[in-house]
Amino acid sequence: MSREPYLLPNGRVLRYTFRERLVHWSAGASYVYLLLTGLAFWSPWLYWIAVVLGGPTISRELHAWFGLVFSVAVGLMYDMWAGQMKETPADKAWWAAIKHYIRNEDEQVPSADRFNPGQKLLFWGFFWNGGLLLISGLILWFPQFIPWNVRALRLAAVLVHPICALFTIALFIIHVYMGTAMERGAFGSVIRGDVSRAWADTHHHTWYQQLLRNSTARK
Amino acid sequence: MSQASTEIVRISGHAGTVPGAGINREFQVCKLVDTTTCIGCKACEVACLEWNGYPFTATSFANSYQTMPETAWNYWNLIKFNEHERPDGTMMLLMRKDQCMHCEDPGCLAACPAEAAIVQYANGIVDFQEAHCIGCGYCMTGCPFNIPKFSPARKVFKCTLCNDRVSQGLEPACIKACPTGCLHFGTKSEMKELAETRAKQLRDYSGFPDAGVYDPAGVGGTHVIYVLHDAKNTEAYGGLPEDPHIPWSVQLWKKPLKWIGNFGMIAGVVGVFVHYLRFGPKVVKEDGTQPSPGVSK
Repeated sequence: MSREPYLLPNGRVLRYTFRERLVHWSAGASYVYLLLTGLAFWSPWLYWIAVVLGGPTISRELHAWFGLVFSVAVGLMYDMWAGQMKETPADKAWWAAIKHYIRNEDEQVPSADRFNPGQKLLFWGFFWNGGLLLISGLILWFPQFIPWNVRALRLAAVLVHPICALFTIALFIIHVYMGTAMERGAFGSVIRGDVSRAWADTHHHTWYQQLLRNSTARK
Repeated sequence: MSQASTEIVRISGHAGTVPGAGINREFQVCKLVDTTTCIGCKACEVACLEWNGYPFTATSFANSYQTMPETAWNYWNLIKFNEHERPDGTMMLLMRKDQCMHCEDPGCLAACPAEAAIVQYANGIVDFQEAHCIGCGYCMTGCPFNIPKFSPARKVFKCTLCNDRVSQGLEPACIKACPTGCLHFGTKSEMKELAETRAKQLRDYSGFPDAGVYDPAGVGGTHVIYVLHDAKNTEAYGGLPEDPHIPWSVQLWKKPLKWIGNFGMIAGVVGVFVHYLRFGPKVVKEDGTQPSPGVSK
């Protein structure tokens, strides 16, 4: 199995390799669990979620362990994608045209590489907020080992943890909406891995053209 | 509590005023600790363990009379000893019985996410219901007095102000055991009055011009109050905070952040839905007639 995307023979393009999809869904599944149990402890109105998921005590305990799973998944994503998520000079023009992207006037949007600048924002947003969530989460997990004279750490953690979580929720809402409803074909790409050539050329023109050049170079 | 059930509000088929109407009974209870008459005998520590059924645990020795550094999940009542040097060079042994202060505005309760795990009764007692505790430890962060502690099963425990005894009209176990009478129990107003009288006595006749009562306003007052020889140096009494309050980070988290976050999450979900209604999906024309983005430029 290839470690890199490539052109498939049947007029399709492999967008996400098996490894990428597996890591994405490890992060996705653990994040959804963290979101649901986290919301249960965020508001008394949502405490019932923890009851439904097996009881509040088990939800509190598993929330921490799933946080570790999520952190590992984000770490693997960093390993796979950090290079491709680097900001490039072309990104500025893309952000300048964000209004057209939102209004589906895609012909007026600069062409995107494998990941467009919006996807890069999602990645780095989850990476940095995930890091802060991990650090503050460890403090919240073991408050008994934080001495009283450095309890500022605990006081910071109870504020940092929900703030970072809210930032990821904002990203998550947009990500799920775009991946399922807005960008037709995107959800299939992260399940089965492939997209049509027209899809690749429309949404990630620069990337697709590079794939074409690579494939002719190989021949 | 037990008193509450005796006050009559209405009587069926009764002509005229309700007997006792207009009488304000005070239900707020209070423990008064007079540190100036405490001899550090630790009878209160033992009485607390006895009544609550905890075994006497291992103690630590650090060149002091103090049993252990701080209260524990199964050791709710601890006298804090401090060999305090006064400005004139003389030594004074300060002894303060440390336990849950039963705040009127409890930080533990504000921080707790678990339904019914912390209850504040009308008489002022703040009590933990361990069966509902989920072991998150947020109460430990919300408390300005470092009182709630995890048990090995990761449930938090602390002084109940002998809620079980008080609800039956008895005074707390520690009060019962005190041989010097430095511990008192009664209504909040009575204890406050007694404490102020004692503080005035210390100021007027005993050479403690800064003697005063510790009933911190930052947490809305407490249901355990102290008489101190020097109310201007509370920290000397085993780290008694001068101006305790619910930590500002806990207040920010539980008030503005919660409402900003709730608004943001709802606005986000509504926002993407409205976007879909207005602009719909990005559909790729598979016949190759779709113009590529940016190519026209």
